[in-house]
Amino acid sequence: MTAYLKLDHIDKVFTRGAATTEVLKEINLTIEKGEYVSIIGHSGCGKSTLLNIIAGLTGATTGGVLLENREVNSPGPDRAVVFQNHSLLPWLTVYENVRLGVDKVFSRTKSRAERDAWVMHNLSLVQMAHARDKRPSEISGGMKQRVGIARALAMEPKVLLLDEPFGALDALTRAHLQDSVMALHQKLGNTILMITHDVDEAVLLSDRIVMMTNGPSARIGEVLEVPLTRPRKRLELATSATYLKCRQRVLEFLYERHRFIEAA
Amino acid sequence: MNMSAAKIEIETATPAASAAPVVAMTPKRPPRTEAYARMARQTAARVIPPLVVIALLTLVWELVCRRAGSALPPPSKVFKDTKELILDPFFDHGGIDKGLFWHLSASLQRVAFGYSLSAIAGIALGVLVGQSVWAMRGLDPLFQVLRTIPPLAWLPLSLAAFRDGQPSAIFVIFITSIWPIIINTAVGIRNIPQDYRNVAAVVQLNPLEFFSKIMIPAAAPYIFTGLRIGIGLSWLAIVAAEMLIGGVGIGFFIWDAWNSSHISEIILALFYVGIVGFVLDRLIAGIGKFVTRGTAQN
Ligand SMILES: Nc1ncnc2c1ncn2[C@@H]1O[C@H](COP(=O)(O)OP(=O)(O)O)[C@@H](O)[C@H]1O
Ligand SMILES: [Mg+2]
Repeated sequence: MTAYLKLDHIDKVFTRGAATTEVLKEINLTIEKGEYVSIIGHSGCGKSTLLNIIAGLTGATTGGVLLENREVNSPGPDRAVVFQNHSLLPWLTVYENVRLGVDKVFSRTKSRAERDAWVMHNLSLVQMAHARDKRPSEISGGMKQRVGIARALAMEPKVLLLDEPFGALDALTRAHLQDSVMALHQKLGNTILMITHDVDEAVLLSDRIVMMTNGPSARIGEVLEVPLTRPRKRLELATSATYLKCRQRVLEFLYERHRFIEAA
Repeated sequence: MNMSAAKIEIETATPAASAAPVVAMTPKRPPRTEAYARMARQTAARVIPPLVVIALLTLVWELVCRRAGSALPPPSKVFKDTKELILDPFFDHGGIDKGLFWHLSASLQRVAFGYSLSAIAGIALGVLVGQSVWAMRGLDPLFQVLRTIPPLAWLPLSLAAFRDGQPSAIFVIFITSIWPIIINTAVGIRNIPQDYRNVAAVVQLNPLEFFSKIMIPAAAPYIFTGLRIGIGLSWLAIVAAEMLIGGVGIGFFIWDAWNSSHISEIILALFYVGIVGFVLDRLIAGIGKFVTRGTAQN
Protein backbone atom coordinates (compact mmCIF):
# COMPACT_ATOMS: atom_id res chain seq x y z
CA MET A 1 0.00 0.00 0.00
CA THR A 2 1.40 3.38 -0.97
CA ALA A 3 1.00 5.96 1.74
CA TYR A 4 -0.25 9.25 0.35
CA LEU A 5 -1.20 10.67 3.73
CA LYS A 6 0.45 9.12 6.74
CA LEU A 7 -0.31 9.74 10.40
CA ASP A 8 2.75 8.62 12.28
CA HIS A 9 2.53 7.87 16.01
CA ILE A 10 0.43 10.90 16.83
CA ASP A 11 -0.13 11.74 20.51
CA LYS A 12 -1.93 14.83 21.67
CA VAL A 13 -1.87 16.18 25.20
CA PHE A 14 -3.72 19.37 26.11
CA THR A 15 -2.24 21.33 28.96
CA ARG A 16 -4.39 23.86 30.70
CA GLY A 17 -2.63 25.35 33.70
CA ALA A 18 -1.55 22.43 35.84
CA ALA A 19 -4.11 20.03 34.36
CA THR A 20 -3.14 17.86 31.41
CA THR A 21 -5.44 15.64 29.36
CA GLU A 22 -4.15 13.11 26.92
CA VAL A 23 -6.73 13.23 24.13
CA LEU A 24 -5.10 11.09 21.43
CA LYS A 25 -2.74 8.17 21.90
CA GLU A 26 -0.65 6.42 19.26
CA ILE A 27 -2.64 7.24 16.15
CA ASN A 28 -1.20 5.47 13.11
CA LEU A 29 -2.97 5.54 9.79
CA THR A 30 -2.07 5.53 6.13
CA ILE A 31 -4.38 6.72 3.41
CA GLU A 32 -3.97 6.05 -0.28
CA LYS A 33 -4.45 8.51 -3.06
CA GLY A 34 -8.09 8.75 -4.09
CA GLU A 35 -9.32 6.93 -1.01
CA TYR A 36 -12.38 8.01 0.97
CA VAL A 37 -11.77 7.39 4.66
CA SER A 38 -14.19 8.14 7.49
CA ILE A 39 -13.34 8.55 11.15
CA ILE A 40 -16.17 7.63 13.47
CA GLY A 41 -16.32 7.79 17.25
CA HIS A 42 -18.36 9.14 20.10
CA SER A 43 -18.58 12.83 20.75
CA GLY A 44 -15.57 14.24 22.56
CA CYS A 45 -13.19 11.39 21.74
CA GLY A 46 -10.87 13.65 19.79
CA LYS A 47 -11.96 13.43 16.17
CA SER A 48 -11.86 17.16 15.56
CA THR A 49 -8.54 17.37 17.35
CA LEU A 50 -7.14 14.75 15.01
CA LEU A 51 -8.49 16.55 11.94
CA ASN A 52 -7.04 19.85 13.16
CA ILE A 53 -3.66 18.18 13.60
CA ILE A 54 -3.79 16.92 10.02
CA ALA A 55 -4.89 20.36 8.81
CA GLY A 56 -1.98 21.89 10.75
CA LEU A 57 -4.29 24.08 12.83
CA THR A 58 -3.18 22.29 16.01
CA GLY A 59 0.23 20.80 16.63
CA ALA A 60 0.66 17.15 17.64
CA THR A 61 2.45 16.64 20.94
CA THR A 62 4.52 13.83 19.47
CA GLY A 63 4.47 12.17 16.09
CA GLY A 64 3.67 13.84 12.81
CA VAL A 65 1.74 14.00 9.58
CA LEU A 66 3.35 13.09 6.27
CA LEU A 67 1.78 14.09 2.97
CA GLU A 68 3.53 12.53 -0.03
CA ASN A 69 6.39 11.66 2.31
CA ARG A 70 6.90 15.24 3.41
CA GLU A 71 6.13 16.35 6.92
CA VAL A 72 3.43 19.00 7.16
CA ASN A 73 2.95 20.94 10.36
CA SER A 74 1.39 24.23 9.35
CA PRO A 75 -1.97 24.84 7.70
CA GLY A 76 -2.17 25.13 3.93
CA PRO A 77 -4.49 24.84 0.95
CA ASP A 78 -3.14 21.37 0.12
CA ARG A 79 -5.25 20.17 3.09
CA ALA A 80 -8.42 22.22 2.66
CA VAL A 81 -11.01 21.87 5.40
CA VAL A 82 -14.80 21.92 5.24
CA PHE A 83 -15.82 22.96 8.73
CA GLN A 84 -18.89 21.69 10.54
CA ASN A 85 -20.50 25.12 10.82
CA HIS A 86 -19.60 26.15 7.25
CA SER A 87 -17.38 29.07 8.42
CA LEU A 88 -18.22 31.22 5.42
CA LEU A 89 -17.24 34.84 5.93
CA PRO A 90 -20.59 36.61 6.32
CA TRP A 91 -19.43 39.91 4.79
CA LEU A 92 -18.44 38.24 1.50
CA THR A 93 -20.77 36.91 -1.17
CA VAL A 94 -20.79 33.24 -2.11
CA TYR A 95 -18.52 34.03 -5.05
CA GLU A 96 -16.11 36.11 -2.98
CA ASN A 97 -15.86 33.41 -0.33
CA VAL A 98 -14.65 30.92 -2.91
CA ARG A 99 -12.55 33.51 -4.71
CA LEU A 100 -10.60 34.33 -1.52
CA GLY A 101 -8.93 30.92 -1.57
CA VAL A 102 -8.59 30.78 -5.33
CA ASP A 103 -6.80 34.14 -5.47
CA LYS A 104 -4.23 32.97 -2.94
CA VAL A 105 -3.62 29.50 -4.33
CA PHE A 106 -3.50 30.42 -8.01
CA SER A 107 -2.07 33.94 -7.76
CA ARG A 108 0.88 32.89 -9.96
CA THR A 109 -0.52 30.16 -12.12
CA LYS A 110 -3.90 31.47 -13.28
CA SER A 111 -4.86 34.77 -14.85
CA ARG A 112 -7.66 36.90 -13.46
CA ALA A 113 -10.15 35.58 -16.01
CA GLU A 114 -9.06 32.00 -15.42
CA ARG A 115 -9.53 32.41 -11.68
CA ASP A 116 -13.00 33.79 -12.24
CA ALA A 117 -13.89 30.86 -14.47
CA TRP A 118 -12.40 28.43 -11.92
CA VAL A 119 -14.53 29.87 -9.12
CA MET A 120 -17.65 29.57 -11.24
CA HIS A 121 -16.68 26.05 -12.29
CA ASN A 122 -16.42 24.96 -8.67
CA LEU A 123 -19.65 26.67 -7.74
CA SER A 124 -21.42 24.80 -10.51
CA LEU A 125 -19.88 21.51 -9.32
CA VAL A 126 -21.90 21.94 -6.12
CA GLN A 127 -24.90 23.45 -7.98
CA MET A 128 -24.45 26.86 -6.39
CA ALA A 129 -23.57 28.97 -9.43
CA HIS A 130 -27.02 30.56 -9.31
CA ALA A 131 -26.35 32.02 -5.85
CA ARG A 132 -23.00 33.63 -6.65
CA ASP A 133 -23.99 37.11 -5.47
CA LYS A 134 -25.88 36.03 -2.36
CA ARG A 135 -24.47 36.47 1.11
CA PRO A 136 -24.24 33.49 3.47
CA SER A 137 -27.09 34.87 5.58
CA GLU A 138 -29.37 34.70 2.54
CA ILE A 139 -28.95 30.99 1.78
CA SER A 140 -29.98 27.81 3.62
CA GLY A 141 -27.75 25.65 5.80
CA GLY A 142 -27.35 23.02 3.11
CA MET A 143 -26.41 25.66 0.55
CA LYS A 144 -23.81 27.14 2.89
CA GLN A 145 -22.25 23.74 3.31
CA ARG A 146 -22.18 23.35 -0.49
CA VAL A 147 -20.34 26.64 -0.80
CA GLY A 148 -17.96 25.49 1.94
CA ILE A 149 -17.26 22.38 -0.14
CA ALA A 150 -16.77 24.47 -3.29
CA ARG A 151 -14.33 26.73 -1.44
CA ALA A 152 -12.30 23.72 -0.35
CA LEU A 153 -12.45 21.98 -3.74
CA ALA A 154 -11.41 25.15 -5.55
CA MET A 155 -8.06 25.11 -3.75
CA GLU A 156 -7.34 21.77 -5.45
CA PRO A 157 -6.29 20.16 -2.17
CA LYS A 158 -4.28 16.98 -2.09
CA VAL A 159 -6.47 15.85 0.78
CA LEU A 160 -9.94 17.17 1.46
CA LEU A 161 -10.73 17.23 5.17
CA LEU A 162 -14.38 17.21 6.22
CA ASP A 163 -15.30 17.75 9.89
CA GLU A 164 -18.86 16.45 10.34
CA PRO A 165 -19.85 18.35 7.22
CA PHE A 166 -23.50 17.30 7.33
CA GLY A 167 -23.95 17.20 11.09
CA ALA A 168 -26.05 20.33 11.35
CA LEU A 169 -28.40 19.52 8.45
CA ASP A 170 -31.83 17.91 8.36
CA ALA A 171 -32.05 14.33 7.10
CA LEU A 172 -33.25 15.10 3.57
CA THR A 173 -30.71 17.83 2.92
CA ARG A 174 -28.03 15.62 4.38
CA ALA A 175 -28.87 12.74 2.03
CA HIS A 176 -28.82 15.13 -0.90
CA LEU A 177 -25.39 16.46 0.03
CA GLN A 178 -24.01 12.99 0.65
CA ASP A 179 -25.02 12.08 -2.88
CA SER A 180 -23.34 15.22 -4.20
CA VAL A 181 -20.11 14.48 -2.36
CA MET A 182 -20.16 10.90 -3.62
CA ALA A 183 -20.62 12.13 -7.17
CA LEU A 184 -17.79 14.64 -6.78
CA HIS A 185 -15.47 11.99 -5.39
CA GLN A 186 -16.35 9.75 -8.31
CA LYS A 187 -15.76 12.52 -10.83
CA LEU A 188 -12.65 14.19 -9.41
CA GLY A 189 -11.01 11.30 -7.55
CA ASN A 190 -10.07 13.37 -4.50
CA THR A 191 -8.53 11.89 -1.43
CA ILE A 192 -11.03 12.54 1.33
CA LEU A 193 -10.87 12.22 5.09
CA MET A 194 -14.24 12.74 6.75
CA ILE A 195 -15.28 12.84 10.37
CA THR A 196 -18.77 11.69 11.19
CA HIS A 197 -20.85 10.27 13.97
CA ASP A 198 -23.45 8.83 11.60
CA VAL A 199 -22.98 5.13 10.93
CA ASP A 200 -25.02 5.05 7.70
CA GLU A 201 -23.15 8.02 6.34
CA ALA A 202 -19.82 6.36 7.09
CA VAL A 203 -20.76 3.09 5.37
CA LEU A 204 -22.40 4.76 2.39
CA LEU A 205 -19.51 7.07 1.55
CA SER A 206 -16.29 5.40 2.69
CA ASP A 207 -13.78 2.94 1.36
CA ARG A 208 -12.56 2.45 4.90
CA ILE A 209 -14.01 3.35 8.28
CA VAL A 210 -11.66 4.20 11.13
CA MET A 211 -13.33 3.57 14.50
CA MET A 212 -11.99 5.42 17.49
CA THR A 213 -12.23 4.33 21.09
CA ASN A 214 -13.56 6.68 23.74
CA GLY A 215 -11.31 9.29 25.23
CA PRO A 216 -9.33 10.22 27.11
CA SER A 217 -6.35 8.73 25.32
CA ALA A 218 -8.47 7.70 22.35
CA ARG A 219 -6.87 5.22 19.98
CA ILE A 220 -7.86 3.70 16.69
CA GLY A 221 -9.91 0.70 17.79
CA GLU A 222 -10.58 -0.91 14.46
CA VAL A 223 -10.42 -0.17 10.75
CA LEU A 224 -13.16 -1.60 8.55
CA GLU A 225 -12.94 -2.00 4.78
CA VAL A 226 -16.21 -1.34 2.98
CA PRO A 227 -16.10 -3.61 -0.07
CA LEU A 228 -19.02 -2.02 -1.92
CA THR A 229 -18.57 -1.18 -5.56
CA ARG A 230 -18.96 2.35 -6.79
CA PRO A 231 -21.05 4.12 -7.88
CA ARG A 232 -23.20 3.35 -4.87
CA LYS A 233 -26.94 3.85 -4.85
CA ARG A 234 -28.55 4.68 -1.55
CA LEU A 235 -31.73 2.74 -2.25
CA GLU A 236 -30.06 -0.40 -3.56
CA LEU A 237 -27.68 -0.48 -0.61
CA ALA A 238 -30.54 -0.57 1.87
CA THR A 239 -31.00 -4.24 1.05
CA SER A 240 -27.38 -5.14 0.27
CA ALA A 241 -25.99 -7.81 2.58
CA THR A 242 -22.50 -6.32 2.54
CA TYR A 243 -23.86 -2.92 3.49
CA LEU A 244 -25.86 -4.33 6.36
CA LYS A 245 -22.88 -6.36 7.58
CA CYS A 246 -20.60 -3.31 7.59
CA ARG A 247 -23.23 -1.26 9.33
CA GLN A 248 -23.69 -3.98 11.94
CA ARG A 249 -19.97 -4.13 12.53
CA VAL A 250 -19.68 -0.40 13.20
CA LEU A 251 -22.77 -0.37 15.41
CA GLU A 252 -21.34 -3.20 17.46
CA PHE A 253 -18.10 -1.36 17.91
CA LEU A 254 -19.77 1.87 18.97
CA TYR A 255 -22.61 0.59 21.08
CA GLU A 256 -21.32 -2.65 22.60
CA ARG A 257 -17.59 -2.67 22.84
CA HIS A 258 -17.03 1.07 23.25
CA ARG A 259 -20.31 2.27 24.59
CA PHE A 260 -20.29 5.95 25.41
CA ILE A 261 -20.18 6.34 29.16
CA GLU A 262 -21.60 9.64 30.09
CA ALA A 263 -19.44 11.62 32.48
CA ALA A 264 -21.07 12.42 35.83
CA MET B 1 -39.52 -1.19 -4.41
CA ASN B 2 -43.05 -2.52 -4.78
CA MET B 3 -44.79 -1.50 -8.02
CA SER B 4 -48.32 -1.18 -6.65
CA ALA B 5 -47.10 0.94 -3.76
CA ALA B 6 -45.45 3.32 -6.21
CA LYS B 7 -48.65 3.50 -8.24
CA ILE B 8 -50.69 4.41 -5.19
CA GLU B 9 -48.26 7.17 -4.37
CA ILE B 10 -48.62 8.60 -7.86
CA GLU B 11 -52.39 8.38 -7.80
CA THR B 12 -52.67 10.10 -4.46
CA ALA B 13 -50.20 12.68 -5.64
CA THR B 14 -52.23 13.79 -8.69
CA PRO B 15 -55.18 15.51 -7.01
CA ALA B 16 -52.85 17.48 -4.82
CA ALA B 17 -50.83 18.55 -7.86
CA SER B 18 -53.88 19.72 -9.78
CA ALA B 19 -55.24 21.46 -6.73
CA ALA B 20 -52.04 23.38 -6.14
CA PRO B 21 -52.34 25.99 -8.94
CA VAL B 22 -55.89 26.82 -7.88
CA VAL B 23 -54.65 27.54 -4.38
CA ALA B 24 -51.73 29.52 -5.72
CA MET B 25 -53.97 31.78 -7.77
CA THR B 26 -56.48 32.70 -5.08
CA PRO B 27 -54.51 35.13 -2.88
CA LYS B 28 -55.14 38.47 -4.55
CA ARG B 29 -52.44 41.06 -4.59
CA PRO B 30 -53.25 44.00 -2.32
CA PRO B 31 -54.11 47.06 -4.42
CA ARG B 32 -51.52 49.81 -4.82
CA THR B 33 -53.47 52.40 -2.89
CA GLU B 34 -53.67 50.08 0.07
CA ALA B 35 -49.88 49.75 0.13
CA TYR B 36 -49.49 53.52 0.08
CA ALA B 37 -52.07 53.88 2.81
CA ARG B 38 -50.17 51.41 4.98
CA MET B 39 -46.90 53.28 4.37
CA ALA B 40 -48.58 56.56 5.31
CA ARG B 41 -50.00 55.00 8.47
CA GLN B 42 -46.57 53.69 9.47
CA THR B 43 -44.92 57.04 8.88
CA ALA B 44 -47.66 58.81 10.81
CA ALA B 45 -47.26 56.38 13.70
CA ARG B 46 -43.62 57.37 14.00
CA VAL B 47 -43.88 61.10 13.31
CA ILE B 48 -47.04 62.12 15.13
CA PRO B 49 -46.16 61.07 18.71
CA PRO B 50 -42.94 63.14 18.93
CA LEU B 51 -44.71 66.10 17.29
CA VAL B 52 -47.49 65.93 19.87
CA VAL B 53 -45.00 65.76 22.72
CA ILE B 54 -43.02 68.71 21.34
CA ALA B 55 -46.19 70.74 20.91
CA LEU B 56 -47.26 69.99 24.48
CA LEU B 57 -43.87 70.82 25.95
CA THR B 58 -43.73 74.09 24.01
CA LEU B 59 -47.16 74.96 25.29
CA VAL B 60 -46.20 74.23 28.91
CA TRP B 61 -42.98 76.24 28.48
CA GLU B 62 -44.93 79.12 27.01
CA LEU B 63 -47.45 79.09 29.86
CA VAL B 64 -44.81 78.81 32.58
CA CYS B 65 -42.47 81.48 31.23
CA ARG B 66 -44.99 83.99 29.99
CA ARG B 67 -45.70 85.30 33.47
CA ALA B 68 -44.01 88.57 34.28
CA GLY B 69 -40.70 88.24 36.12
CA SER B 70 -39.87 84.79 34.79
CA ALA B 71 -36.10 84.18 34.48
CA LEU B 72 -36.27 82.45 31.11
CA PRO B 73 -38.00 83.69 27.95
CA PRO B 74 -41.02 81.83 26.58
CA PRO B 75 -40.74 80.26 23.11
CA SER B 76 -42.60 83.10 21.45
CA LYS B 77 -40.02 85.58 22.75
CA VAL B 78 -37.14 83.32 21.82
CA PHE B 79 -38.41 83.25 18.28
CA LYS B 80 -38.92 87.01 18.16
CA ASP B 81 -35.43 87.72 19.58
CA THR B 82 -33.59 85.31 17.32
CA LYS B 83 -35.56 85.71 14.14
CA GLU B 84 -32.67 87.41 12.38
CA LEU B 85 -30.19 84.75 13.43
CA ILE B 86 -32.53 82.03 12.21
CA LEU B 87 -33.34 83.71 8.91
CA ASP B 88 -29.79 84.74 8.03
CA PRO B 89 -27.28 82.17 9.27
CA PHE B 90 -24.66 83.28 6.71
CA PHE B 91 -23.86 86.89 7.64
CA ASP B 92 -20.28 87.77 8.43
CA HIS B 93 -19.46 91.10 10.07
CA GLY B 94 -15.88 90.12 10.80
CA GLY B 95 -14.35 88.89 14.07
CA ILE B 96 -16.69 86.60 15.94
CA ASP B 97 -19.78 88.50 14.77
CA LYS B 98 -20.87 85.86 12.30
CA GLY B 99 -23.99 83.89 11.45
CA LEU B 100 -24.71 80.59 13.19
CA PHE B 101 -23.70 78.66 10.10
CA TRP B 102 -20.12 79.87 10.48
CA HIS B 103 -20.02 79.05 14.18
CA LEU B 104 -21.35 75.56 13.63
CA SER B 105 -19.08 74.98 10.70
CA ALA B 106 -16.02 76.07 12.70
CA SER B 107 -16.97 73.67 15.48
CA LEU B 108 -17.64 70.89 13.02
CA GLN B 109 -14.26 71.39 11.38
CA ARG B 110 -12.51 70.99 14.72
CA VAL B 111 -14.55 67.87 15.41
CA ALA B 112 -13.82 66.47 11.96
CA PHE B 113 -10.11 66.94 12.49
CA GLY B 114 -9.87 65.70 16.09
CA TYR B 115 -12.28 62.85 15.51
CA SER B 116 -10.48 61.61 12.39
CA LEU B 117 -7.24 61.49 14.34
CA SER B 118 -8.87 59.61 17.18
CA ALA B 119 -10.60 57.19 14.81
CA ILE B 120 -7.31 56.31 13.12
CA ALA B 121 -5.27 56.11 16.32
CA GLY B 122 -8.11 54.44 18.21
CA ILE B 123 -8.59 51.64 15.70
CA ALA B 124 -4.83 51.10 15.44
CA LEU B 125 -4.40 50.90 19.22
CA GLY B 126 -7.55 48.78 19.53
CA VAL B 127 -6.17 46.27 17.04
CA LEU B 128 -2.88 46.17 18.96
CA VAL B 129 -4.58 45.63 22.30
CA GLY B 130 -7.07 43.12 20.88
CA GLN B 131 -4.42 41.13 19.09
CA SER B 132 -1.62 40.98 21.61
CA VAL B 133 -2.07 39.67 25.13
CA TRP B 134 0.97 41.57 26.36
CA ALA B 135 -0.14 44.86 24.83
CA MET B 136 -3.47 44.37 26.56
CA ARG B 137 -1.92 43.59 29.93
CA GLY B 138 0.32 46.62 29.67
CA LEU B 139 -2.09 49.15 28.21
CA ASP B 140 -5.56 48.20 29.36
CA PRO B 141 -5.22 49.39 33.00
CA LEU B 142 -3.84 52.67 31.71
CA PHE B 143 -6.77 53.11 29.32
CA GLN B 144 -9.27 52.28 32.02
CA VAL B 145 -7.92 55.07 34.22
CA LEU B 146 -7.39 57.67 31.49
CA ARG B 147 -10.83 57.24 30.01
CA THR B 148 -12.50 58.40 33.21
CA ILE B 149 -10.83 61.83 33.05
CA PRO B 150 -13.45 64.44 32.04
CA PRO B 151 -12.75 66.26 28.74
CA LEU B 152 -12.28 69.69 30.26
CA ALA B 153 -9.73 68.42 32.75
CA TRP B 154 -7.39 67.88 29.80
CA LEU B 155 -7.77 71.44 28.54
CA PRO B 156 -5.34 73.31 30.85
CA LEU B 157 -2.69 70.68 30.21
CA SER B 158 -3.10 70.84 26.47
CA LEU B 159 -3.09 74.66 26.50
CA ALA B 160 0.18 74.47 28.41
CA ALA B 161 1.58 72.03 25.89
CA PHE B 162 0.38 73.61 22.63
CA ARG B 163 0.22 77.28 23.73
CA ASP B 164 -2.61 77.86 21.30
CA GLY B 165 -6.39 77.40 21.39
CA GLN B 166 -6.92 75.62 18.09
CA PRO B 167 -4.64 72.59 18.58
CA SER B 168 -5.72 72.40 22.21
CA ALA B 169 -9.38 72.11 21.23
CA ILE B 170 -8.53 69.41 18.73
CA PHE B 171 -6.48 67.57 21.30
CA VAL B 172 -9.36 67.64 23.75
CA ILE B 173 -11.67 66.11 21.13
CA PHE B 174 -9.06 63.51 20.33
CA ILE B 175 -8.41 62.47 23.90
CA THR B 176 -12.11 62.41 24.76
CA SER B 177 -13.32 60.30 21.90
CA ILE B 178 -10.45 57.85 21.53
CA TRP B 179 -11.19 55.58 24.52
CA PRO B 180 -14.47 54.03 23.41
CA ILE B 181 -12.95 53.50 19.95
CA ILE B 182 -9.93 51.69 21.37
CA ILE B 183 -11.92 49.59 23.80
CA ASN B 184 -14.64 48.55 21.36
CA THR B 185 -12.15 47.77 18.60
CA ALA B 186 -10.16 45.61 21.00
CA VAL B 187 -13.27 43.71 22.07
CA GLY B 188 -14.20 43.19 18.41
CA ILE B 189 -10.76 41.85 17.55
CA ARG B 190 -10.77 39.55 20.57
CA ASN B 191 -14.18 38.21 19.55
CA ILE B 192 -13.20 37.17 16.03
CA PRO B 193 -14.42 33.57 15.86
CA GLN B 194 -11.71 30.92 15.77
CA ASP B 195 -13.41 29.62 12.60
CA TYR B 196 -12.46 32.75 10.66
CA ARG B 197 -8.88 32.48 11.90
CA ASN B 198 -8.84 28.84 10.78
CA VAL B 199 -10.13 29.79 7.33
CA ALA B 200 -7.41 32.43 7.05
CA ALA B 201 -4.79 29.90 8.12
CA VAL B 202 -5.88 27.26 5.60
CA VAL B 203 -5.96 29.83 2.79
CA GLN B 204 -2.59 31.15 4.06
CA LEU B 205 -3.46 34.83 4.19
CA ASN B 206 -0.45 36.94 5.13
CA PRO B 207 -0.74 39.29 8.12
CA LEU B 208 -1.66 42.27 5.96
CA GLU B 209 -4.39 40.34 4.13
CA PHE B 210 -5.60 38.93 7.43
CA PHE B 211 -5.89 42.47 8.77
CA SER B 212 -7.84 43.85 5.82
CA LYS B 213 -9.89 40.81 4.81
CA ILE B 214 -10.74 39.18 8.14
CA MET B 215 -9.94 41.37 11.10
CA ILE B 216 -11.45 44.69 10.05
CA PRO B 217 -14.68 43.29 8.55
CA ALA B 218 -15.19 40.85 11.43
CA ALA B 219 -14.67 43.58 14.02
CA ALA B 220 -16.52 46.25 12.05
CA PRO B 221 -19.77 46.12 14.06
CA TYR B 222 -17.79 46.66 17.29
CA ILE B 223 -15.61 49.34 15.72
CA PHE B 224 -18.67 51.28 14.63
CA THR B 225 -20.18 51.03 18.09
CA GLY B 226 -17.01 52.69 19.37
CA LEU B 227 -17.01 55.28 16.59
CA ARG B 228 -20.60 56.17 17.35
CA ILE B 229 -19.97 56.69 21.06
CA GLY B 230 -16.83 58.61 20.10
CA ILE B 231 -18.59 61.10 17.83
CA GLY B 232 -21.09 61.90 20.56
CA LEU B 233 -18.29 62.50 23.05
CA SER B 234 -16.35 64.72 20.66
CA TRP B 235 -19.37 66.94 20.12
CA LEU B 236 -19.81 67.19 23.90
CA ALA B 237 -16.15 68.04 24.29
CA ILE B 238 -15.92 70.69 21.58
CA VAL B 239 -18.84 72.76 22.82
CA ALA B 240 -17.38 72.76 26.32
CA ALA B 241 -13.81 73.43 25.17
CA GLU B 242 -14.77 76.34 22.91
CA MET B 243 -16.41 78.13 25.81
CA LEU B 244 -13.02 78.44 27.43
CA ILE B 245 -10.89 78.89 24.32
CA GLY B 246 -12.96 81.51 22.52
CA GLY B 247 -12.93 82.40 18.83
CA VAL B 248 -15.46 81.37 16.23
CA GLY B 249 -17.43 78.29 17.25
CA ILE B 250 -20.80 77.38 18.66
CA GLY B 251 -19.39 76.87 22.16
CA PHE B 252 -18.04 80.37 22.39
CA PHE B 253 -21.19 81.72 20.76
CA ILE B 254 -23.14 80.35 23.73
CA TRP B 255 -20.64 81.77 26.22
CA ASP B 256 -20.67 85.14 24.47
CA ALA B 257 -24.50 85.17 24.50
CA TRP B 258 -24.43 84.45 28.23
CA ASN B 259 -22.04 87.31 28.86
CA SER B 260 -24.33 89.68 26.96
CA SER B 261 -27.43 88.18 28.63
CA HIS B 262 -28.97 87.08 25.33
CA ILE B 263 -30.79 84.13 26.81
CA SER B 264 -32.87 83.60 23.66
CA GLU B 265 -29.71 83.19 21.60
CA ILE B 266 -28.45 80.57 24.04
CA ILE B 267 -31.68 78.64 23.65
CA LEU B 268 -31.45 78.81 19.86
CA ALA B 269 -27.81 77.66 19.98
CA LEU B 270 -28.70 74.73 22.24
CA PHE B 271 -31.35 73.73 19.76
CA TYR B 272 -28.77 73.70 16.95
CA VAL B 273 -26.21 71.86 19.08
CA GLY B 274 -28.75 69.16 19.77
CA ILE B 275 -29.75 68.81 16.14
CA VAL B 276 -26.15 68.67 14.93
CA GLY B 277 -25.25 66.10 17.58
CA PHE B 278 -28.20 64.00 16.54
CA VAL B 279 -27.25 64.23 12.86
CA LEU B 280 -23.62 63.28 13.59
CA ASP B 281 -24.76 60.25 15.57
CA ARG B 282 -27.11 59.15 12.80
CA LEU B 283 -24.44 59.75 10.19
CA ILE B 284 -21.96 57.39 11.87
CA ALA B 285 -24.74 54.88 12.57
CA GLY B 286 -25.78 55.04 8.91
CA ILE B 287 -22.23 54.59 7.63
CA GLY B 288 -21.82 51.70 10.06
CA LYS B 289 -25.00 50.08 8.88
CA PHE B 290 -23.95 50.44 5.27
CA VAL B 291 -20.41 49.15 5.81
CA THR B 292 -21.41 46.21 8.00
CA ARG B 293 -24.40 45.10 5.96
CA GLY B 294 -24.16 41.34 5.81
CA THR B 295 -21.69 41.15 8.68
CA ALA B 296 -24.51 41.09 11.17
CA GLN B 297 -24.66 37.59 12.56
CA ASN B 298 -27.00 35.30 10.67
N1 LIG C 1 -7.90 23.57 23.12
C1 LIG C 1 -8.22 22.58 23.96
N2 LIG C 1 -7.75 22.59 25.22
C2 LIG C 1 -8.08 21.61 26.07
N3 LIG C 1 -8.84 20.55 25.77
C3 LIG C 1 -9.35 20.47 24.54
C4 LIG C 1 -9.06 21.48 23.55
N4 LIG C 1 -9.69 21.15 22.40
C5 LIG C 1 -10.33 19.99 22.66
N5 LIG C 1 -10.12 19.57 23.93
C6 LIG C 1 -10.64 18.36 24.53
O1 LIG C 1 -10.29 17.28 23.71
C7 LIG C 1 -11.33 16.33 23.66
C8 LIG C 1 -11.66 16.00 22.22
O2 LIG C 1 -12.33 17.09 21.61
P1 LIG C 1 -12.77 17.04 20.08
O3 LIG C 1 -11.58 16.71 19.26
O4 LIG C 1 -13.46 18.31 19.77
O5 LIG C 1 -13.80 15.84 20.08
P2 LIG C 1 -14.80 15.35 18.94
O6 LIG C 1 -14.57 16.18 17.71
O7 LIG C 1 -14.49 13.92 18.74
O8 LIG C 1 -16.18 15.52 19.47
C9 LIG C 1 -12.50 16.90 24.44
O9 LIG C 1 -12.57 16.26 25.68
C10 LIG C 1 -12.15 18.34 24.61
O10 LIG C 1 -12.60 18.83 25.83
MG1 LIG D 1 -15.90 17.57 16.65
